[in-house]
Amino acid sequence: MLVGLAGLAVAFVALPFVGLLQRAPWSGLPALLARPLVAEALGLSLSSALAATAISVVVGVPLAWVLARHDFPGRALVRALVTLPMVLPPVVGGAALLFALGRQGLVGRWLETQFGILLPFSTAGVVVAQTFVALPFLVVTVEAGLASGDPRYEDAAATLGASRWTAFRRVTLPLVAPSIVAGAVLCWARALGEFGATITFAGNLAGRTQTLPLAVFLALEDDRDAAIALSLVLVAVSLAVLVALRGRWFARL
Amino acid sequence: MSRPAGLDARVALTLGRLDLDVELQVGAGEVVALLGPNGAGKTTLLRALAGLAPLAEGRVTLDGDVLDEPATGTWVPTERRPIGYVFQDHLLFPHLSALDNVAFGLRCRGERRRRARRAAGEWLERLGLAAHARSHPRALSGGQAQRVALARALAPRPRLLLLDEPLAALDAATRLDVRAELRRHLADFDGARLLVTHDPLDAMVLADRLVLVEDGRVVQSGTATDISRRPRTAYGARLVGRNLLAGRMVGTTVRLHDGGELHVAGRHPSGSLVHVSIRPGSVALFRTPPDGTPRNVWSGAVAALEHRGDRVQVDVAGPIPVVAEVTTEAVADLGLCEGAPVWVGIKATEIDVYAA
Repeated sequence: MLVGLAGLAVAFVALPFVGLLQRAPWSGLPALLARPLVAEALGLSLSSALAATAISVVVGVPLAWVLARHDFPGRALVRALVTLPMVLPPVVGGAALLFALGRQGLVGRWLETQFGILLPFSTAGVVVAQTFVALPFLVVTVEAGLASGDPRYEDAAATLGASRWTAFRRVTLPLVAPSIVAGAVLCWARALGEFGATITFAGNLAGRTQTLPLAVFLALEDDRDAAIALSLVLVAVSLAVLVALRGRWFARL
Repeated sequence: MSRPAGLDARVALTLGRLDLDVELQVGAGEVVALLGPNGAGKTTLLRALAGLAPLAEGRVTLDGDVLDEPATGTWVPTERRPIGYVFQDHLLFPHLSALDNVAFGLRCRGERRRRARRAAGEWLERLGLAAHARSHPRALSGGQAQRVALARALAPRPRLLLLDEPLAALDAATRLDVRAELRRHLADFDGARLLVTHDPLDAMVLADRLVLVEDGRVVQSGTATDISRRPRTAYGARLVGRNLLAGRMVGTTVRLHDGGELHVAGRHPSGSLVHVSIRPGSVALFRTPPDGTPRNVWSGAVAALEHRGDRVQVDVAGPIPVVAEVTTEAVADLGLCEGAPVWVGIKATEIDVYAA
C-alpha cells in the first residue's frame, strides 16, 4: 500500500519529463541549441543566478547569524518578513519590486536621480528579482544550520581572545559551511528557475533580461521545438548540479 | 605597594530561577575548587568571571585590574580578559587539528602563524600529545581531548584558569590517570586556578581550598580537612560521608532540634547553637543494650543497608536517625536486615561539636 503510493508519487514526478523527452526533436537538437537566442538565454540565466546567489550569501549568512544568535524585539517579525517571498506568488513580488525600485518607485526615483541607475528592464533588475525570491532559501537553511550548532564554540573562541568577527570567520563559518553550501545550491536553483518576478520587474528583452524560463515561455507560443530544446537544457543543468552536490545536499536536507 | 595578586570577585546576578550572589578570592598560585550540587550556579559563576554572562551587581578584579563592575560601568569583554577557560565538554573546534586548536589563542593575540604553531607544538609536547598534533578532535580520546583543551587554554598565558568539571566527561577508567596528570599540570601553572566539580574526591585531590556553593550562595569554605571534619550543611555532610545534626548546647549535652539529646565531650557555652558531626565508623551497633562505655545509647530499626567495598552502610531509623558503617561480618553477626531492631551506641569523645 505505502510502496504503491510512493510509486505513484515517483510516476507523477517522472511523467512530465517522459513527455518532454518523448516530444524532443532529437535530430534537430544541435541546430536548435546552436541558435544565438539559446546561448544568450542560457548565459544570462547562469550568470544572473550566480550573481543572485553571491549577493544572497554575502548578506544572507550574516542575517541568518543575527536571527539564530541574537534575541531582539521583533525578531519573529523579521524572520516572517524574510521568508515571505517563499510563499508569495512571484508576480506579486515583481510588482512590489516595481513599486519600490521602478522609475516612479520609492527608492527607484532616488537611484535614478542620484546615481543614474535604472533597475527595471535591465540585467541588474533580473538579478534583483532573483535575489528577492531566492534569498529566503539561503537564510532559512543557514539559520537552521546555525541553530543546530553549539553557540558555545563562539564563547570558547572569545575566551581565547577572538573578537566577534574573528570568531565568526574562523569558527562559526567553517562549522556551518555545509549548510551554506546547501543553502547556496537551493538559492541558485530557485534563482535559475525564476519566472514571475523577473518578467514583471525586468521584462522580457532578448539578450538583456530574457532568461531561460522566459525564453521557454515565449517559445511555447510560436516555436514548440525550441521550447522543448530550452527546457531540456534547463533540466540537464539542474540535474547536473544536483548530482554534483548530491553527497552534501541530500545528506542534509 | 604591590597590587593584590589573583582573583577577587563578588558576582551577583539572576538567570532564570538561579539567584547567584557569591564572594570569592583565589590567590595567584592557589587552586580553589567550587563544589556544589547541580543547578547551584557553579558554571554560571565561571561564565560571569569570563565575561560570558554579565554581572547585575558586584565586581570582578584580577591582579588588581577591574574586569567588570556594573556600578562604575567598567566592562572588559571576554576576548580581552587574561582568562583561560577549559569547558566541561572541551569544545575543541572540530574543524581544526589539535595543533591549530592550541595555536588559536596565540593567533588571536597577534602572534604570527609560524610562531604560534611552533609554540602550540611545544605545549602539546609538554602535555605528551606531540604524536597527536595533526589529529582532529573527533580522533582523540576523552583524556587526550581534555589535555588539548588544557593546552589551548594555557597557551595564551592567562592569569586565571577556569576549569568546568574537568573530569566529568571522562569514563571511570581514564578518570584516575587524568586526575593525577591534571594535578601535575595545574601545579606547573603559576596563576590563579578555579575549578568546578561535584565530586568531592576530585576537589580534595586537585585543590588547596574548597568552596561549597548551594542555591547560588557560598555555604562553607575551607581546606578539605576542615570541611570533612566539620560540614555545615546536609549537602556538605553527604559529600564527606558524615552524619550532621544541629542543636543547642545545654551543659555537656546537645539538645537536638529534631528531638533527642547527645552527650558530648567538647566544651561550648551553654545555650549556643551548634553542629554535631559523627563519622559513620564511630557509630557502634549492638543486638542487645550495651553496658557501660558509650554515653549515648538508644534503640532503633534498620531502615536501609548498602554495600561499600568491604564495609556496609546502615541507615538506622529511631529517635535520632544516623548512618553507621560496619564490617560485612558484623552484618551477619548482628543479623542486620531491613526492619531488624538494633541498639545504637556513640561515645561522647567520638562526636565533633562546633558552633553553627
